[in-house]
Amino acid sequence: MGFLRLFSKPAATLLRLPSGSFTVDREGTVLVRTLPSSYPMELVEEIGQQMIAAFREAAAVQLPLSEIVVNYSSMKITARELRGGAIVFLSAKGNLARTERN
Amino acid sequence: MGTRHKVLLLDDDVDLLDMYRQLLTQLPSQPEIFTASSGPRAMAMLEADRFRLLICDLKMPKMDGLQVLSIVRRKHPELRTVALTSVADEQFRSRAYALGVDLFWYKPATEQEIKMFLECLESLLGRETENGFRVVQSKSLVDIIQLECISQSSSTLRITNGGHTGKIWIHDGEVIDAEAGDLVGEPAFHRILSWRAGGFESLPPEPSRPRTILKSYNGLLLETAQALDEKRAKNGDGTTPPISSTVPQLSQIEGIEFVLAMKPGQEGPPMARGLENPERMAEWSHQIFERFRGLGDRLHAGPLEHFEGVGPQRNISLTTHGETEFCLGWKHSMSLDQVREMTKKILTLWAS
Repeated sequence: MGFLRLFSKPAATLLRLPSGSFTVDREGTVLVRTLPSSYPMELVEEIGQQMIAAFREAAAVQLPLSEIVVNYSSMKITARELRGGAIVFLSAKGNLARTERN
Repeated sequence: MGTRHKVLLLDDDVDLLDMYRQLLTQLPSQPEIFTASSGPRAMAMLEADRFRLLICDLKMPKMDGLQVLSIVRRKHPELRTVALTSVADEQFRSRAYALGVDLFWYKPATEQEIKMFLECLESLLGRETENGFRVVQSKSLVDIIQLECISQSSSTLRITNGGHTGKIWIHDGEVIDAEAGDLVGEPAFHRILSWRAGGFESLPPEPSRPRTILKSYNGLLLETAQALDEKRAKNGDGTTPPISSTVPQLSQIEGIEFVLAMKPGQEGPPMARGLENPERMAEWSHQIFERFRGLGDRLHAGPLEHFEGVGPQRNISLTTHGETEFCLGWKHSMSLDQVREMTKKILTLWAS
């Protein structure tokens, strides 16, 4: 049944979780990024905007924050407040090494 | 003959769909097989009919398998899911398990692999929902151990329960070792399986791990089930303590400034200690949960585990246990590591 390998298709690619950092200004605009260029800009922008919004909303309930850490099962996002904007660090969790199939 | 279960196969390659449909006709329970060639089509079919199992390819254009599984986990938590892929990448395996799939399988390429794949599918189709240990992703730990063993897999399972952590090592389909706190081997295995809720992740195998457990996995699981039955018979079924009686206890923890516990959709004010305006804080923390759960879905980063904040006045941590959402305020002098440790302690107290 080795012929089944023929059906493994190279077409669509899965998006790997990124590791790297970027900075956003107070409007949520991305200024500098060290993330892989293959990682979609719209997702980077969305992360930045959500972080800026989270800092603002926390301040509005009298809980001003200078750093936020969001832990997902596969990824960690750390954001530090930076004069109204933020520097955001992304790191994928777990073993990220590509493994060859036995 | 009993009711035939329905299985939905999702792959953008129609030739593969035909081939898998034929393979699945070999299943002893003779399920009804349906196919979909795109994520949106599969979602529509899942809405329209009741399926038992979804077998989902990962690499698909537009809406990939991780996106589909992420939505399915929320909308159809009772559906059993299998991620099928040709992508040999550990990151996707752990992400798929983090999304709550019951089984992650590389596309079978040999007769032996197909046989094992079909055995696992049959096992998934036949298993009834249990009320015992269910992890956050609605997946039973016993299910996972059985599936890993049936498929002769090797992996390391890391299980968390509040502040407790345990590990189970599986090598070539046998449970070879376990560790939980000070316990190792069989006692650790039984301890881990006695935890009533929690989360787990699948880590890469450690083939060099010395074997301390010599019993078969079936024997181990049977012993555990017996021990749990005896414990239940002795103590009666435990129930979750009411929020109102537990919150004051939690607010005694060192370093804590306020405690807020709430269940989404719960009527009446949230249970809180140390807050002047708990309603406002509850609204904010629920908003944060929603915001970052949504972001996690879009990033395919898996379930939100916890949110932490450092501030000039106080630090905070937001986390969940079962359906209960917690917002905890901590003294500013505490480091994030300390906040994390104490939050685990809170969850352990809550779970106990």
